[in-house]
This record gives sequence, C-alpha cells and structure tokens, in this order.
Amino acid sequence: MGTSLTVRTYSWLTLFLALRGGGNLCLAWGTRRLPETLAANPLVYLRSLFDPFVATGVILLIVALLARLALLSVADLSFVLPMTAIGYLVAALLGRVILHEAVSPQRWLAVILIFAGAALVSSTPHDTTGEPEKP
Amino acid sequence: MTWVLVSVMTVATALSDLLQSYEMKRAGAQSVGARGMGRLLRMIVERRYLLLSIACLAVSFFSFMALVQSAPLSFAVPASAASFILETVAAGILLKERIGPRRAGGALLVLCGIALLGK
Repeated sequence: MGTSLTVRTYSWLTLFLALRGGGNLCLAWGTRRLPETLAANPLVYLRSLFDPFVATGVILLIVALLARLALLSVADLSFVLPMTAIGYLVAALLGRVILHEAVSPQRWLAVILIFAGAALVSSTPHDTTGEPEKP
Repeated sequence: MTWVLVSVMTVATALSDLLQSYEMKRAGAQSVGARGMGRLLRMIVERRYLLLSIACLAVSFFSFMALVQSAPLSFAVPASAASFILETVAAGILLKERIGPRRAGGALLVLCGIALLGK
C-alpha cells in the first residue's frame, strides 16, 4: 500500500473519530438540557431537533457516516471495524473530562482492551482486496 | 422477542456494513475535503447498494431502540457487538479480505473490550 493511501486512510479515520466523538458529545449535552423526556412519541424527538446542541450532534453524526463510507473506500471492512472501535475510548474520555461522568475501573480495562486490539489490527495491511471499478 | 430483535439487529448491521464496504471499494479511494463529502452524498443517491445499506442501518437502529426499551442496556450493548464476529467472518468469505492471525486476534480483543463495556 502506498504512503499517500495510508495517509488518506488515517485522515478519514481521524476525521470519523472526531466527528462521531463530537456528535455524541453534542447529543448527550443537548438531550440532558431538554425540558421533556424522550419517549415513544415521535413529536418529542422532532421537537428535540430544535435544540442547537441536538441539531449540531445530528449533523456531525451524518457527516461521520459519510467519513466512514470514504474510509471503507480505502480500507477493508475487517480493518475498519476494530479501528473505529477507538470511538469507545474517545467517548469514555469525553464523558469523563467534559461531562464529568464516573468511569469505573472495569470500563477503563475495556477501553485498554479495545485500544490494544485496534493497535494490533493497525499493524496489518489496510486493504487486502482487488482494484476499484474503472470509471 | 428479545432474541428476535438481537438477530434482526445483528443481521441488519452486518448486511449494511458489507454492502457499504463492497460498494465503496468499487467506487475507489475518496478524497478528503468538502468536495469529497459532496461527492459521497451524491454517490449514496446514485448507488442502489448504498441506498439499501442505509435502509438496513435504519432497521438496525430501530431494532436497537426496541431492544433497549424491553431489555437492560447492559445486555443490549454487548449483544450489538455480536455483529462484529459475523461481519469479520463475512468479510473474509464474501468480500475476500485476508484475515490473518493478527487481525483476527485484534478483532477478538476489541470484541472482549466491547462486551466488558456493556457489563
């Protein structure tokens, strides 16, 4: 695999992790400020979209989906799955630092396992399949 | 009902990811930036497998919502990780990806971590 494709793979991965982390953080922050509880009523969900944090979170998560699609254009699915699980580590860190959530030792152990697994997968080739279709 | 929802969620997630991976590999490497994002949006509308993958993603999302309504979150989160194994195996068989011992070991470590997170 060429250096430029490796750079592109990690650029998309970084962008995806940042967008998903930011999106989840905005959603968590926004939904906690809502005056009503989210329930089965779809109108409550629609009203929640008018909260600026919830709306920003939804937009960031949609762009994150696009970044993940682009990542799948340069890397194997079996590579992308464990690498994007780093998002769990990002979520735990953001929850701890920004939302001041309690993170148990068991959860930190889980985060270490995910990180170790992702590191192991990152040492394998990103793309082991054939060429894309001709335009 | 719980296991029906878990099965639907797992199969829908795996199908969505397999379709996305297959179609995006056919499309070729995408550029990073605003123009690349616009091209991706257009691609979703133009490529039927990507549209189908979004529909599968919606089925998976609503199954998860129904699952967490009736089952504890500590069950639903690790249960959703079941798709991880299915997808890795399917990527090897259907997408012809080479899954060596290091990649399989790494995926297994991540799966253990996700299961531990949900406890």
